[in-house]
Amino acid sequence: MSFWHYLQQNWTELLQHLREHLWLVFISTLIAVAIGLPTGILLTRKKSLRGPILGIANVMQTIPSLALFGFLIPLPFIGGIGARTAIVALVLYSLLPIIRNTVTGILGVDPNVREAAVAMGMTGSQVLWQVELPLAMAVIITGVRVALVIAIGVTTIAAAVGAGGLGVFIFRGIRQFDNNLLLAGAVPAALLALTADFGLGLVEKYFSVTRKRKAVAGSGRRKITIGAVTAIIAAVVTGVYVGSRDSRDSRSHGFLPKPRVVVGSKDFTESAILGEIAAQMLEARGVIVERKFELGGNLPHEGLLASQIDIYPEYSGTAYTAILKHAPITDPRAVYDQVKQEYAEKFKIALSEPLGFDNTFAILVRGAEARRLKLKTISDAAPYVRNWRAGFGQDFMSRADGYPGFVKAYGLKFADQPREMDLSLTYIALSSGKVDLIAGNSTEGRIAALDLVQLEDDSHYFPPYEGVYLVRNDSLSRVPALNEVLGKLAHAISTEEMRQLNYEVDANKRGQAEVVREWLKRKGFMAP
Amino acid sequence: MFSRFALIAGGTPAVPVNEMLELIKAPLVEFRDVSFSHAASTVPVISHLTFSVQQGETLVLLGESGCGKTTTLKLINRLLSPTSGEVKVEGKSITAWDPIRLRRRTGYVIQEGGLFPHFSVARNIGLVPALEGWEKEKIKSRVDELLAIVGLEPGEFASRYPGELSGGQRQRVGVARALAAEPPLLLLDEPFGALDPLTRASLQRQFVDLTRRLKKTAVFVTHDVREALLVGSHIGLMQKGKLLLLETPENFVKSKNEYALAYIETLDLAPGSSQPLEGSR
Repeated sequence: MSFWHYLQQNWTELLQHLREHLWLVFISTLIAVAIGLPTGILLTRKKSLRGPILGIANVMQTIPSLALFGFLIPLPFIGGIGARTAIVALVLYSLLPIIRNTVTGILGVDPNVREAAVAMGMTGSQVLWQVELPLAMAVIITGVRVALVIAIGVTTIAAAVGAGGLGVFIFRGIRQFDNNLLLAGAVPAALLALTADFGLGLVEKYFSVTRKRKAVAGSGRRKITIGAVTAIIAAVVTGVYVGSRDSRDSRSHGFLPKPRVVVGSKDFTESAILGEIAAQMLEARGVIVERKFELGGNLPHEGLLASQIDIYPEYSGTAYTAILKHAPITDPRAVYDQVKQEYAEKFKIALSEPLGFDNTFAILVRGAEARRLKLKTISDAAPYVRNWRAGFGQDFMSRADGYPGFVKAYGLKFADQPREMDLSLTYIALSSGKVDLIAGNSTEGRIAALDLVQLEDDSHYFPPYEGVYLVRNDSLSRVPALNEVLGKLAHAISTEEMRQLNYEVDANKRGQAEVVREWLKRKGFMAP
Repeated sequence: MFSRFALIAGGTPAVPVNEMLELIKAPLVEFRDVSFSHAASTVPVISHLTFSVQQGETLVLLGESGCGKTTTLKLINRLLSPTSGEVKVEGKSITAWDPIRLRRRTGYVIQEGGLFPHFSVARNIGLVPALEGWEKEKIKSRVDELLAIVGLEPGEFASRYPGELSGGQRQRVGVARALAAEPPLLLLDEPFGALDPLTRASLQRQFVDLTRRLKKTAVFVTHDVREALLVGSHIGLMQKGKLLLLETPENFVKSKNEYALAYIETLDLAPGSSQPLEGSR
């Protein structure tokens, strides 16, 4: 499928994410200017504050955006999942260029001109508004321009905290090895950045004094340019506003207040599919569903605790080791019971019946390699790994039932320190020979398609990872449909089925909503 | 060219006649034992200055760079405040004035005019009237009037920006701006210093003409003795923060003071100095 064909097909979704993107950038830049400009002015008056405040703003910018998002999530009021967190982070990033350029611009005003202004009998605020700010405006606009371009870039990462925007395409594209998807996010984001840069470049020129010297004849054209830029900005803002109102209207449509449920998911295909299954089944039962899919790391758990999410799919082993911090054990029943009990006591969160599949870590090697060396189990492979490189997802490297215990259990020593990369990239890295062994998911759809072979966990190191849903107790009592849906899904998805669903989305590049709808119909789950 | 324009400025001041007489009798600017040093330093920039400037006089402060003449000027409109002693303007101590009011009653001209590069010529000139809340129409006619006084065609120059003017034109605009709200006092800090000799000579002559016609009082800072002799009704010679002598131009050239003699000698050395300012057109 060509990129343009792809764009045509996904036009509405592209527009929606573009609108979210613009909205985030616009709001955060506006707030950053509202904070940064007065702060910058203050710093020109109070020299002693200049070092510390510029220092803080500087440090803010060096924090990697994903880390900043992670740091903000658990904070009350400004944190959480969604647009608010993204806006706070974006504002923090945008502050430095705006403050710094305001200071530079004002301090750069010719001292003779400032002295003349004072000597003419201007008051302090008249000097500021009539002389300093207009003369510093071109430099300040440059700061806003830099801030805006940064914001457009960082907003793509905001998708990781469920704020939407073009990053949704990028993350999904990386996960599904789909270049069209990736480009559908990256190209508009890049165009947006270029357009913003160009547009503000014109505004900057308008304010620059050097241009005024030669521009008597050109003043008409200047007015047209500034008019055009204003019109574009106005159109975009109106579009964004109307758009956001539309989506609100459509949500509140209806006669009786319908129950609302926020369904979350982690940032990989299987989790999103499971989220979509719950979402569609709830919608079929008259519940208004808000999807907060594709949340990174521990975000769904944090969101559930903070009541920002009602339900999300999880794995019994993950809850047991990564969240409850128990040492891994291999008995599925014991893990499930322990998790259920502790979640009820500690978090007031309910665990659904197991969904029927087990998505444990799958140690994978290339099929050709396995056949040549006659490898069946991990122990078979142990003598060879001395010459092998491994590639693991960040998750596997850091968790209790991951890398450290794994190499100890099998006495493995790799040629190099394992390469840490995005989980979804490890499959490609393996099949293309960049690495020789990875820890994938047993339900990964493309294991067969890429001719990869799963080595048996003969020492029973990996704990069970049964798929379950985690639901807040108060959500269960508020929305009875949740009970019904979870009842239907108990033991309803086999590992084979899960692998097939993943394959449809990841390898056949089909939309997850469509794949889920088909599956639900086949299972007869749509009707209450 | 300048003489073609009739005298139209200098409207009647809204002050009763007896008060006017009082004002005329009192010196417009008065320094009493004034010293000034910067906060960080103990070396005074000026020390124990005492002098006064009467209504209608032009006092020229003459001296080398760093002698304290600019500092003296800035003490008058309170861009600086004296470390000790008292400065009076219109008989009232500088500390009793609202600095904003004082500055709006004092025209200020610096080198290159200190014009606002983002304001048109008209807006630069009309600045103080606008700050004082004059009506738009009144400001506009005042701006046209002043442009005419300083010899610039209003229709051609009002809408230009300072960047589009020559150095001499900028300086004329600077003078016009200083005159705009009809201040009784003008302060000028080497206003013609950066100009070529011909333009400078022409502007100096027009300045003398102007101050006489408009009966302005002025304090004029320069390091050029010829300029001092030409524009000043009095010359105050400064060195290292002290006022060495204060004389009329006629007495200044006859002075026996060594430092003054050094200045006067430069006049004799310059070729054609007997008529330094004739034939500049």
